[in-house]
Amino acid sequence: MDIYLIEAIINGILLGGVLALLALGLNLIFGVVDVVWISYADIVMCGMYAVYFLYAQYGIPLPFACLIGIAGSACLGIVVHKLIISPVLDSPPLNQLLATGGLLFFLQSFATLLFGTDFRNIGVRLPVLEIATMYVSFARLIAFGVALVGAVVLYFFLKKTYTGAAIRAIAQDREIVGLMGIDQRRVYLVVSAIGGALAGLAACLLALQYDVHPFIGNTFGPVIFMICVLGGLGNMLGGFFASFIISLIIAIGGYYSSTELSYVFAFSFFIVLMFIRPRGLFTP
Amino acid sequence: MSISRILILIAAAILVSVPAFAPAYFLHLFIQILIWAFIYTAWSLMGRFGFVSFGHGAFMGLGAYIPALLWTFWGVTPWLGIPLAVAAAVLLAVIVGYPCFARRVVGHYFALVTLALSQVVLLSLVAARDVTGGSLGFTQKAVGHSWYALQFPEKSYFYFIALLLWLVGLLVWQRIDRGISREALEAIGEDEDAAAAVGIDVMYQKMRVTIISAALTALGGAIYGQYFMYLNPETVSGITVSLQIVFAAIAGGVYSMLGPSVGALLTLALTEGLRVWFGTEFIGAANTIYGILLVLCVIFLPQGVVGALQGIRLRRVPRAKSVGRISEA
Repeated sequence: MDIYLIEAIINGILLGGVLALLALGLNLIFGVVDVVWISYADIVMCGMYAVYFLYAQYGIPLPFACLIGIAGSACLGIVVHKLIISPVLDSPPLNQLLATGGLLFFLQSFATLLFGTDFRNIGVRLPVLEIATMYVSFARLIAFGVALVGAVVLYFFLKKTYTGAAIRAIAQDREIVGLMGIDQRRVYLVVSAIGGALAGLAACLLALQYDVHPFIGNTFGPVIFMICVLGGLGNMLGGFFASFIISLIIAIGGYYSSTELSYVFAFSFFIVLMFIRPRGLFTP
Repeated sequence: MSISRILILIAAAILVSVPAFAPAYFLHLFIQILIWAFIYTAWSLMGRFGFVSFGHGAFMGLGAYIPALLWTFWGVTPWLGIPLAVAAAVLLAVIVGYPCFARRVVGHYFALVTLALSQVVLLSLVAARDVTGGSLGFTQKAVGHSWYALQFPEKSYFYFIALLLWLVGLLVWQRIDRGISREALEAIGEDEDAAAAVGIDVMYQKMRVTIISAALTALGGAIYGQYFMYLNPETVSGITVSLQIVFAAIAGGVYSMLGPSVGALLTLALTEGLRVWFGTEFIGAANTIYGILLVLCVIFLPQGVVGALQGIRLRRVPRAKSVGRISEA
């Protein structure tokens, strides 16, 4: 097998880690609050700007900049929930989709207004590792590792804590949980904060690899949706595996053709699979 | 002669005489409004029944690019190129629509599948950068005033073309609105199984309206391309355009014939007004306010502006008709 192909595959799997993190956040929100945040990738964009400004402009050490970025994204998640999601909680699903779509317009153009359309890079140059004559991006390796750790932490949070149990209970049956003394509104807020924090974490990891600009959400936002739907909306494990399937298609497609065409392959694969399994790959 | 008929005649007289008195800038705005109104109307043909497509950017992109590329590289007249583009859009609609409907991909899932479709067309256009110029866009070969090339430097020609186009859109809307199909499609929008049980050919009805909607959207895209001459993948296809179509149509109201057109008028007047107000210094300011208004509109005016006005005036638009309610089925 071609060594460059293996290299592409490894980098694809590493990218899948970050996508998996985002898919987890989106799935969590969908599974619990039952709203599709079409602007989720733009929360990530906000997080990337936060990290960029804190680190590159104000000289705050990167780990602190990341922590502040994650906390800020979590707050943004709460604000979005309070201002936009809760008024439409009882509206038809389509209106919810549109409200978050309006948020997408708002965040992208507000970022354009504040920061202009320049591409900005935080300027951290991480080494490229050479393993057995293959080049693996260290930034991606870190991103992959952190994303996995984040996913595992989320798993234990959901399994072992009271709030985690409440979150899972709501995802299973939102009618009954109120009778069990669980405050739905509060859980929704917690979930939105976690979703925002996951987006913030992904933002830190992506800021190491990509330039930030107001429309960066458009480049991977649709991919995250595709992953969540492919895995079955709300099915976290499904979304986790689907991210690696999609990132492999993108990596291998990119190896054989161009980046754009690799995304075309991924989207077409998604469309075809939706016809074969309309409720997602991993939904029985 | 009834009052409504007189009003229609007056409106027609004003519309026809616009090029005689409107300055070039306003004529330019009117042309854009008419073209977009046509596209929004085409989208609403599906959207009003709860088949919410986020993929109309794909059809518009095909419609805009195919005639432009054929003309520029092979000298094929748009009179042939536009029908080909419409045929391509119909083909795409069938390829994606048929399995979607056969496999019962509805609601959220339909919206996201069609969203993927519009990204496929956008990225294909960018990927074919040797021909299309990629993200930098592409300018058609200009030949000045020519019926053969369907290019007119005078704006008044395009005004009448766009006006005609828009009227065709309204006519199609009316045909569907008054036909038996409307009842069938409403039933399907409410509950597909129940509709099938009373003998409605669900597949036929859905395919028919999808094909009409896609064909008209491609036609609108083609005229857009002929008028602007410059095309960019981001402005005629992809997620941004698809969302723009959905929003404007819903802002105007998808349940009445003129709703989508009002949406086009309002959104363009708003973006243009904000753009002039803020100037080019604050790039993004206009769209920021636009985004806020969209969110407010969805939260407070879910039936759209026209729907809300009708609700105030007639008090007969039931709340249950808010957008998307029917798509839950």
